[in-house]
Amino acid sequence: MIELKNIYKSFDTKSVLEDVSVNFQPGHTNLIIGGSGSGKTTLLKCMVGLHEVNSGQILYSGEDFCGLNFKERIPIRKEIGMLFQSSALFDSMTVEENLLFPLNMFSEMSFSEKSDRVDFCLKRVNLDNVRKLAPSELSGGMKKRVGIARAIAMQPKYLFCDEPNSGLDPKTSIVIDNLIKEITEEYNITTVVNTHDMNSVMEIGDFIIFLHEGKKWWEGTNEEIRHTDNKELNEFVYASKFMRMHL
Amino acid sequence: MISRSNLLLLLLLLEIMFLYHLGRYVLLLKSAFTKPEKFDVYWKETFREMNVMGVGSLGIVSIIAVFLGAVTCVQTAYQLVSNLIPREVIGQITRDSTILEFSPSITMLVLSGRIGSNIASQIGTMRVTEQIDALEIMGVNTTGFLILPKLIAGLFIIPMLIVFSMFLSLIGGYVAGTLSGVISPQEYVGGILLDWNPTILIVALIKTYVFVFLMITVSVYHGYYTVGGALEVGRSSTKAVVYSCILILCCDYLVAQLFL
Repeated sequence: MIELKNIYKSFDTKSVLEDVSVNFQPGHTNLIIGGSGSGKTTLLKCMVGLHEVNSGQILYSGEDFCGLNFKERIPIRKEIGMLFQSSALFDSMTVEENLLFPLNMFSEMSFSEKSDRVDFCLKRVNLDNVRKLAPSELSGGMKKRVGIARAIAMQPKYLFCDEPNSGLDPKTSIVIDNLIKEITEEYNITTVVNTHDMNSVMEIGDFIIFLHEGKKWWEGTNEEIRHTDNKELNEFVYASKFMRMHL
Repeated sequence: MISRSNLLLLLLLLEIMFLYHLGRYVLLLKSAFTKPEKFDVYWKETFREMNVMGVGSLGIVSIIAVFLGAVTCVQTAYQLVSNLIPREVIGQITRDSTILEFSPSITMLVLSGRIGSNIASQIGTMRVTEQIDALEIMGVNTTGFLILPKLIAGLFIIPMLIVFSMFLSLIGGYVAGTLSGVISPQEYVGGILLDWNPTILIVALIKTYVFVFLMITVSVYHGYYTVGGALEVGRSSTKAVVYSCILILCCDYLVAQLFL
């Protein structure tokens, strides 16, 4: 379970997050939505420890992540998988080496076990025959899928996805969304997805929080989002003509 | 015209900037020297770096070494016009100049351009494409993983390259000197063996280790703290080469002053 309590974050004098408190639903797909500059990415980076918060608590199964030093965070970090906006595959390594990297670094598996795990993860994201390819030889959608495969290689309890659909065509976006949803349910992972794609919100969002000007403005389910009277959220949700027509 | 107060302010700002970068550089090194998470992974990475730095630089180092030796021999012969000076001195000067100065310093300046810029741009690109963030989230000590294999590989393989370049320089001097007729083979070999003092080789190796340490750590520093995109990666790479070269030249003087 991931719990945020009164998170404040600022860069120099610019306040980015103000008093954000959330209980993310374990074993479900949780979405953080909001316009550009609303603090979504900063919140996600605070949660995985890439940014330090000014005050507040980030609790993983009750343990305060913010109060731990680098070494103390390692056990929690081993339970975290992350899909980056740019996929962040190591470009000096092949796809296979990318997936093997966390296994080589942190597991005590034998070579054949590691190889089987790589096979399994690649098959799970519907990728075959790419083991020996370099990331530069993959399409955007394939990179995202390899990113997901690497994120689940260590069998994480928590999966974080930073704008998984950015730069993808609508069809591939749906594939990635479905993959995230399926993996969350299959392995009972707590997933937190940062997005501004309303299609994702409606398709995979079990629990949604809406950030506006660095504050948590609204939270609820994807059913509740259709009928909210929150002005800022409605402006965000119904910004596209498509959504106005279909909701 | 800059007023006195503006000049003082400028100096103060420069001092603050210098201390800021020095502090950040020292902290980066401090965080890098920790126990590796998995020795196997670091070991493989070290060998990969040795291949990139050593084998990859062999060609350019060889070319530079041969020509440095050749030019030193021919120019020394041109300047030594007195009949009172034995011709063996040409070989001796070629030997001392190439071993003590040209092989470590000039080769390392060139290697800063090749290896230093490569390190800075590689790490800078990793930073702007979130690859370093990915490592950090996995729980990897990013500074250790990015610095230690490179540093160990460099400290092991580059001195070998430099010693190799010393031999090639002497051969280059021999070929140029004898082919152009400025010195006979016997005189050149006699000069090479004349009054050999091993201290110059030791000082040259001390210089090399200092230069390698500076080149690699300064390049990693500039790459690691890259912020922005492709343009900034290019800037980091340029800065890494410029600062490495300046530091190599400063330390060249310091080591010479201390040990000779």
